[in-house]
Amino acid sequence: MNALPVLLAETVSDGGVWASVNRTFVESRWAYPLLLVLVVGNVVPLLVSFLVWAERRGSALIQDRLGPNRVGPFGLFQSFADLGKFLFKEDVTPGHVNKVLYCLAPAIAVIPPLVALAFVPYGRNVMMADVDTGILACFAVSSLHVYSVTLGGWASNSKFPLLGGVRATAQMISYEIALGVSALAVLMVAGSLRLQDVVLHQADGWTVHGETLGAWSRFLDWNVVKQPIGAIVFLIAGFAETNRHPFDMPEAESELAAGYHTEYSSMKFALFFLGEYAAMIVVSALFTTLYLGGWTLFGLEDVLADWVRSSAPEAGWINWAQVVEGVLHSGIFFTKTLALLFVFIWVRWTLPRFRYDQLMRLGWMRLLPLSLAWLALTAVGVGILR
Amino acid sequence: MAYVTVRRRELTFAERLYLPSILKGMAHTLKHFVGAGGRAGVTMQYPEEKWQLPSFYRGVPSLVKDADGRGKCVACSLCEYVCPPRAISIVPKSIEGVVEKAPEVFDIDMLRCIFCGYCEEVCPEEAIFMSKEYEICGETREELVFHKERLYEIGATLGADAGVPDAERKWAKLAREQGEQGVTGG
Ligand code: SF4
Ligand code: SF4
Repeated sequence: MNALPVLLAETVSDGGVWASVNRTFVESRWAYPLLLVLVVGNVVPLLVSFLVWAERRGSALIQDRLGPNRVGPFGLFQSFADLGKFLFKEDVTPGHVNKVLYCLAPAIAVIPPLVALAFVPYGRNVMMADVDTGILACFAVSSLHVYSVTLGGWASNSKFPLLGGVRATAQMISYEIALGVSALAVLMVAGSLRLQDVVLHQADGWTVHGETLGAWSRFLDWNVVKQPIGAIVFLIAGFAETNRHPFDMPEAESELAAGYHTEYSSMKFALFFLGEYAAMIVVSALFTTLYLGGWTLFGLEDVLADWVRSSAPEAGWINWAQVVEGVLHSGIFFTKTLALLFVFIWVRWTLPRFRYDQLMRLGWMRLLPLSLAWLALTAVGVGILR
Repeated sequence: MAYVTVRRRELTFAERLYLPSILKGMAHTLKHFVGAGGRAGVTMQYPEEKWQLPSFYRGVPSLVKDADGRGKCVACSLCEYVCPPRAISIVPKSIEGVVEKAPEVFDIDMLRCIFCGYCEEVCPEEAIFMSKEYEICGETREELVFHKERLYEIGATLGADAGVPDAERKWAKLAREQGEQGVTGG
């Protein structure tokens, strides 16, 4: 990826050492990913704070309440007030914990989801790490998230956190398999592990025996249409992966106090919170990429981009056409992701929690066979139609 | 032993799949989410919106004055005596005029008061009334002991609609009656 020079049509070049250093940096392969890291790394925590607000107000509306509506317009800044509270609270480290692991766990909760987001394509040129094995890298990193729960539960050195941690470990490992297998079917259809290819594959219409069907097939090209069972399995497993209702075993308030983060307070607790929501964003982003066509919109995104580009200012210091395209693509992407995140919230306030044995039975005896069968079916289908 | 075997109905495939009922549940919550659940908007936005107090509402007990601006309380201490949690403490003083006594100190400890209204009921002079005031807060215990001045202040907010029957000119009335009976005020 070396798109920053494209983005910045003419770099400021007045000569001199500084300008040449500047130019060298801008044209290096690090500049553009770094810029994106800066943007996404700030957008995601912001999105989390917005999500927490949405969760609280959404749940309130579902329960015919009002929810937090005091801080800022519609209570939008509630999360920042909470953040302030978390920062100024006493950071209690109980005497009986394993200090190193206890401090490590919240950090592990936040880092993997944020890293995993680097592999997701937000637009044609908006991507931090265009890895050929994108999906594998993404899974590899995001599954590290389980360590935060496990270590948090273990290091706390008390009953409920340990139980929560153990449950979470079992649950996340079990559902990871169904998640992986259903994603495998998608990769089979797309014929590539590169997430960008998976996205593009969903925007070019159906190809049967090497012939591309008409433009209408673009509208049926999302994997959620081609892979309905896989999508359902992925979504359910995704809920379990992120410990969301109805699979919130690790924290199950009524059984385990607060599960693995019972012993945590102030900012460490807030980090677990941030991690949980960031993991939710990762799963939503992945679902969008794998099943909902990523940043594409039935090919309309290019039409739109052309239209906007024609009215964009002349390329000067900044290449507006590129910027507009990037913003448009990531706008489409985030709209889909946000819709999915709303589903997460919506489900949480609708369904009751599973019992632990039901959870395990669902994971191993329903979802896993189902996803395997679907994988076999997909393989046959791909074999016939290719 | 007679017993009945209740046969459970076999679940249909759709029911065993859960997904249809999950979707049904989600449709239901969505209905509430968009405000069609029937009970949306029942939340009162407290500091801005306030409760319509019913006429029988018992708020903070308060002292009232007559139309001439004289405190009606004669420091008979009946309310102090009747008050179940002993929230009231009165120190009487002698005064000049048709009435012999008035309170020197009249304190009601709002931390003790249970808003029972006995004081209002027992008062022979109709000098103490339950107001509509319910927002009482303070940072210390002392702050929540309401003194005479504060109680008169709250009492002054009571109109006829708040339960004070009429602010009759008690002293004038007493002076007239005592004059008729040939008693001189002391
Ligand atoms: S309302 Fe009851 S508790 Fe309160 S001061 Fe009067 S008699 Fe005492
Ligand atoms: S009963 Fe009435 S007159 Fe007697 S002390 Fe109490 S308020 Fe005053």
